[in-house]
Amino acid sequence: MPEATPSDSTTEPENGVQIDLISGSRMEGLRSMEKIRLILDGVRDGNIVILEEGLSPDEESKLIEVTMTEISPDEFSGIEIESYPHEEAADQSFLDRLMGRESTKKLTVIGPANQIETLHKDDQLISALVSRK
Amino acid sequence: MGLLTNLRDSVSRVTDRLFASDDPKRIGIYGPPNAGKTTLANRIARDWTGDAIGPESHVPHETRRARRKEGVDIERNGQSVTIDIVDTPGVATKVDYKEFLDHDIEKDDAIRRSREATEGVAEAMHWLREDVDGVIYVLDSTTDPFTQVNTMLIGIIESRDLPVLIFANKIDLNEADIKRVADAFPQHETVPLSALEGDNMDEVYDKIAEYFG
Repeated sequence: MPEATPSDSTTEPENGVQIDLISGSRMEGLRSMEKIRLILDGVRDGNIVILEEGLSPDEESKLIEVTMTEISPDEFSGIEIESYPHEEAADQSFLDRLMGRESTKKLTVIGPANQIETLHKDDQLISALVSRK
Repeated sequence: MGLLTNLRDSVSRVTDRLFASDDPKRIGIYGPPNAGKTTLANRIARDWTGDAIGPESHVPHETRRARRKEGVDIERNGQSVTIDIVDTPGVATKVDYKEFLDHDIEKDDAIRRSREATEGVAEAMHWLREDVDGVIYVLDSTTDPFTQVNTMLIGIIESRDLPVLIFANKIDLNEADIKRVADAFPQHETVPLSALEGDNMDEVYDKIAEYFG
C-alpha cells in the first residue's frame, strides 16, 4: 500500500492554515533529499511543517541550499525555520561522532517565509505568529 | 555500508588535515547579511596585501558570489601565518526581491539581485560543506544574535569540526552589545571589533594566528 503524504489526508484549507506534524519514525526511513522534498513540498503548498525530531546539521545545510534554488519572484520567497540550538554532543560518545551518528532530536517548525513570523526566541521558548496566505 | 562510508570520510578528513598542515588554510568568512563580512575581508586583505576583496554596501546581499583572496600572510609574534580568505554571501533562508525596492533599486534590477543572492547563498553553503578549513563567523553586535540562521550555521560548522571564531563586529556603534553575542554562543570565543574603524584588529590577528595557524 503506498504511504500517504501529508497533503493526501486532508482537504484543501480555505480559511485556515494546514499544519503537518511529522513524526521522527516517519522521517527516520527517508534519505536526506526525501526529507527535504517532503518539507519543501508541504511549505510550498502553504503548510506549516512541524518535525518531531528535526534535521541533522548537514540536512539543514542542504535544506537552505535547495530552498535557495526554488525561490521565485512573487511566487516563493523562501522559508522561515525555527528550532532550538543543537545540543552540543553532550549525550554522544566519541564513536557516535566519528561514525556520523548525530543526535538531531529537536522540535523544528518550518513554514513559508511570508506566513510565519518569529515573535520571540530563546533557548527554551519559541513563539511564532502564523498567518494565512 | 553507510557506517563504513562515514568512518572512511571521518578518517579521510583527519588525514587530509594532518598531511596538508603546511598548505594555506582556507578561512571562510560567514554570517548573516549586513554583518560586515566584506568590510572585514577588505580590512584584513588591505592590512596584509594592500588590495581589497570586494565592494562594501549597506544594501543586503551586496556580496552575491564567494570571493577569494589567496596567500594572505599575517605576521604575529615573529611568525607568519598564511591563509586564503573566502568572503561569502550572507546566509539567509529567504530572499524577497521587494526588500531591494526599499533601497531605491528598480524592480528588474531587484529581481536580478535577488536571483543572484539566492545563487550566492547556495554557493556559500556548498563552500561550507566542502571547501573551507576554518570559519570566522561575523555578527553585527547591534542586533540580536539569537536567530535561527546563526543557530543553524554554528551547528553546521560544529558538526564538521571546523575551528571557528565569533567576531562581534560594529563595536564603534553605541547600540553594540558584545556580551549578548558572547552569551549566545558561549562554547566559542568571541572577539569584539570594528572592521570599519579598525578597532581591536591586533586581537583579531592574534586570534586568527592562534586558531588557524
